Amino acid sequence: MTTKLFGTKVPRVEDQRFLRGQGRYVDDLLHDDPRLLHAAVLRSPHAHARIVDIDVADVLDVDGVLAVWTYDDLTGPMAEPLPLLIPHPALTHGRTQYALAKDEVNYVGEAIAFVVAVDRYVAEDAVARIRVDYEQLKPVVGIAAARAAQRTVHDDVPDNVGARLEQENGDARAAIAAAPHALVLDLDIERSACTPMEGRGTVARWDPDTSRLTVWSSTQTSTGVRGCVAAKLGLDLAKVDVITPDVGGGFGVKVVHPWPEELLVPLAAMTLGRPVKFTEDRREHFISSAHERAQQHHVEVGFDDEGRLLGLDVEFWHDHGAYTPYGLIVPIITSTQLLGPYKPQNYRVVFSSLYTNTVIVTPYRGAGRPQGCFVMERTMDAIAAYLGKDRTEVRSANFIQPDEFPYEHGLVFQDGRELTYDSGDYPASLAKLKELVGWDEFEDFRAEMAAQGRKVGIGLACYVEGTGVGPYEGAHVHIETSGKVKVATGLTTQGQGHQTAFAQIVADTLGVRFEDVEITTGDTRKMPYAVGTFASRAAVMSGSAIHLASLRAKEKALRIAAEALEASEDDLEIVDGVVSVKGTDAKIDLGTVAVLSNPLRYAFDEASKAATQFSVGDPGKPPVDEDDEPGLEGKDFYSPPRSTFASGMHAVIVETDPDTAEITILKYAVVHDCGHLINPMIVEGQIHGGVAQGVGGALYERMAYDESGQLLNASFMDFLMPYVTEVPTSIEIDHLETPSPLNPLGIKGAGEAGVIPSAAVFAAAIEDAEGFPITAMPISPSELYALRLEHADNSFAG
Amino acid sequence: MTTEQLHDVRLHVNGSVHEVQVPARRLLSDALRHDCGLTGTHVGCEHGVCGACTILVDGAPVRSCLMLAVSAVDSEITTVEGLTEDDGTPQGRLSPVQQAFSDCHGLQCGFCTPGFLTTITAGLRDNPDPSEEEAREMIAGNLCRCTGYQNIVKSVLRAAEIQGEIQGEIQGEIERERG
Amino acid sequence: MKPAPFAYLRPATLEEALAALAGEQGAKVLAGGQSLVPLLSMRLAAPSMLIDINALPDLGHVTTSHEGDATGVRVGALARHAHVLASDEAAEVQPLVRMALSHVAHPTIRNRGTTVGSLVHADAAAEMPMVLRLLEGSVDVASVRGRRTIPAAELFAGPLESTLAHDEIAVEAFFPALAPGAGVAFEEIARRHGDYALVGVAAHVETDGDTVTRARLGYLSVSDVPVVVDVTAALDDPASAALAELEPVDDIHATADYRAHLVRVLTPRVLAAATDHARSRAGEAIPS
Repeated sequence: MTTKLFGTKVPRVEDQRFLRGQGRYVDDLLHDDPRLLHAAVLRSPHAHARIVDIDVADVLDVDGVLAVWTYDDLTGPMAEPLPLLIPHPALTHGRTQYALAKDEVNYVGEAIAFVVAVDRYVAEDAVARIRVDYEQLKPVVGIAAARAAQRTVHDDVPDNVGARLEQENGDARAAIAAAPHALVLDLDIERSACTPMEGRGTVARWDPDTSRLTVWSSTQTSTGVRGCVAAKLGLDLAKVDVITPDVGGGFGVKVVHPWPEELLVPLAAMTLGRPVKFTEDRREHFISSAHERAQQHHVEVGFDDEGRLLGLDVEFWHDHGAYTPYGLIVPIITSTQLLGPYKPQNYRVVFSSLYTNTVIVTPYRGAGRPQGCFVMERTMDAIAAYLGKDRTEVRSANFIQPDEFPYEHGLVFQDGRELTYDSGDYPASLAKLKELVGWDEFEDFRAEMAAQGRKVGIGLACYVEGTGVGPYEGAHVHIETSGKVKVATGLTTQGQGHQTAFAQIVADTLGVRFEDVEITTGDTRKMPYAVGTFASRAAVMSGSAIHLASLRAKEKALRIAAEALEASEDDLEIVDGVVSVKGTDAKIDLGTVAVLSNPLRYAFDEASKAATQFSVGDPGKPPVDEDDEPGLEGKDFYSPPRSTFASGMHAVIVETDPDTAEITILKYAVVHDCGHLINPMIVEGQIHGGVAQGVGGALYERMAYDESGQLLNASFMDFLMPYVTEVPTSIEIDHLETPSPLNPLGIKGAGEAGVIPSAAVFAAAIEDAEGFPITAMPISPSELYALRLEHADNSFAG
Repeated sequence: MTTEQLHDVRLHVNGSVHEVQVPARRLLSDALRHDCGLTGTHVGCEHGVCGACTILVDGAPVRSCLMLAVSAVDSEITTVEGLTEDDGTPQGRLSPVQQAFSDCHGLQCGFCTPGFLTTITAGLRDNPDPSEEEAREMIAGNLCRCTGYQNIVKSVLRAAEIQGEIQGEIQGEIERERG
Repeated sequence: MKPAPFAYLRPATLEEALAALAGEQGAKVLAGGQSLVPLLSMRLAAPSMLIDINALPDLGHVTTSHEGDATGVRVGALARHAHVLASDEAAEVQPLVRMALSHVAHPTIRNRGTTVGSLVHADAAAEMPMVLRLLEGSVDVASVRGRRTIPAAELFAGPLESTLAHDEIAVEAFFPALAPGAGVAFEEIARRHGDYALVGVAAHVETDGDTVTRARLGYLSVSDVPVVVDVTAALDDPASAALAELEPVDDIHATADYRAHLVRVLTPRVLAAATDHARSRAGEAIPS
């Protein structure tokens, strides 16, 4: 290892194809295949209705329509409900939808019929001609209606409660009762969604010659899709390949599988004997993929004079939408990650996961953590306000200290394992953050601005994020006779630069040139054992697996090279793909080592001549040793005992317009600790993106459902994703690198970090500017104006 | 339903002529992607808000999802595939804007990128030396969900710098020749 | 999100276009398409035929005249917003045109969208219809039956509804010049930069020395049509006078109360800016 790439800002290899317009996203595939067919879906216009009759008679008259499916056309496993991906004992009333609605629809957007035609235009014409007779039912929209349970989403789910889960460490209620001070808070967060620039999409091709099905899907888990497609279509797993091409962003929504279309597209391709494509449009993405975030929390907290938490008792209600395909992952994460960097002496949390007649709720970047962080940080701020203390002091009083790791919370995390933090240094992070944002100088700034009639506020928020959850990822490293290194890992990529970051690891571990490494992700033909890309796990899981697999390949390379060079393995080093005996001229290319690793009968080029049976080996021994394999390869898997825990703290200074109640960001600061950084450029990019998404979630975006369950803002016109004009003009970032002891590279995940504290940090800053509590997010100028009126009415000061 | 009438349309894209047969309703974005095979132009919303499908029509950035292919007959179109510069290689050399995005990590998933590249290419032609605020204004109509725009703004400024350097070199050569 | 089928015509002359429009009840005119095409793609509009006027000659102009009754800015049906915005002559003759246009969507949309198209789309949340009303401009329309001029006050029938007959094509808009001693100003508040405004206000003020002789305000997004209010007699509390004429409503972005509040905030500000503008212009020489 001469020039170490780990930890450096290596430019991304994937950029070349993206910048030239040569990326290959799902909708780009097979575009020149004249046999390609296109699908469109009839979706429910009602939030809750019984389907009385579906009449497709007019559809097949449409020129260019090949087929239409409704529930009645589905058989076998396809006629069963979609899988409940992550069962949990507390999910006593889990429900999933059918690929096509059976007799009831439970949200606007639920798939009812599937049309395949020569192009998408014609497919949409056909969809418009399907007539459905509905018996409308009253919908349940929003958490309040779900809790009130005057009506239910599913007849057989009493009170709309899908699950109720309680965890307790110590005796929180007794501790609160005995505490010198206690507070009660009620807090709300509304719905938002991932909204990647590319929606969902699936292409499938059935090859009758080989009886194989190839599925390309814009997914965060190709192995997951493969398993579902095989099971649902009754195919042997070996007959199904799933390939994830370039993906235009995921942020969580694409980890859900199988989407109805992910099954119907392959079904149609097999039935019609022609390739079929489904490309979700923007409106469909809003009404038929997934949302997240909506929760209501009730907090009771007891604390001492220093603001130390003595008891924390949280009850919350989680809106999981119409179905529960992804189990209880989001609320479990909220309930456990709410604790952040703090150590309440006694903690009890109980949540109810509720049905509503709205789009399903599954993880969105942060996955329940933004809500938990919002609740805990609002509580910290409330304690500080109550005691008249600086907000950073109250936090410091509650931090887990650096010498307390591993820290056991006595709770069970989302992966079914103990919630145990591996490492961290929260006091150091806070010190950096205060410096970065100018915490101690802020009062001077406030006074200066006040003198100009301007209102400013500052807020901070801290979080801890379980990253790199199991169960495992694997990697296969193959050194070709050209010296090129081909690496496959099974999880997928959707913009994180894995082809670059993973190649950095390989180049360092193996001692090869970065340019000679090629990484393939998300292709079940290359690596059929994999889990997926979510929970900030790719670097930790696949990065570690790739490191381990590279070590195996290296070990073998050194063994063969030692034999060829008649030297001891201990005396060898590999630099830029050349194995040499340290301090001598004796050397051999890794490519040649690859040749030697694979005894051949046939020569196909100059290099392979050297490996034929008359050229190599001891004629007295088998060409391949009993405990060896041909080829210069390494394969390994990484399966950690539990998650790593990254952490960070954000601070923001906002200005609120005294007249218009508009909210402007003046400064945004981030301190981030994800252990060792593989590529700081990529990590900072992830933080930038997370912060922008967080700004969206805190100040602009929401899912505006009306009482009848119609989503009123299912477009980019009205769902206010930030443009450049809405994000901070700069984001100050400082890193702390507290390595994880759990993996060989000392890394932790970074993907979700940027978005976690946003709701909390903006609420804190706006509260600080305005002088009244902010208990619900997101917040718009219109809402801030309403709060001003309310508090002007309530206060004598006016 | 009767068969839809097809129109013969000559599209001038990146210096080449594409003769396509499309129904009147074919969006220009779809015609470029599916009829011309230029899949570098991406479709992110189909209602003109996200900017991913932005192309240059007679040099000016335009949403290709808000134009009909039949209406584009008299125009010279540039897509992301047409931004690279000829350097004798089949691939061509990245334009200053493309190079700047690579230098500054101005892209992540790459889906919105073509719309930014075309928009900025035209923007820098009109304003070769933008301030940071002008750089922000230049990209204010394009959505990106990955980067938080920080590095895209840097890319605009870096692209201007690269362009300036190239301009300087050309100027230098001319002056040397005049000697 | 793909349009339903329609027939398509790309006439080479206005006469041909008008004849086609007269002959097809379900036909619609395509100019910039920046409002129409999304409606087509969402299948909220499904015309039987589109008459694409982009190949018509002589409609791309932005001209100004300084003399006679008709001093002002004339904008042809194919003049893109960007073209109008870029015209220094137009900005000089009627500054409000540029002030407002810079708020119309994003530059990329302005490159294709036409000002005249925006006027006849008659969106109460759009800037230019309100500006035309405030300036007491007009639109010239043509049909097989002949030509007529529709004063702005008679152009807007209701939400997204103009008073053009089905067979008429708007060929030109006229924005009267700003008189010496008159001033204008524009301000709007939108959720995101480039979005439709929550509230937008423009002011047109005429002065005689230090006296405001006429003051009128235009509002967008606070009623279902663009509204103009004469506040000459209510200069002490113009916002209340305006609110008496406005009907702000709740939507997902803002409450009616908040919109009314913004009217109160913006009205005096914009009125003052227009008054300052008028006074500053009164001192200047009339452009030759």
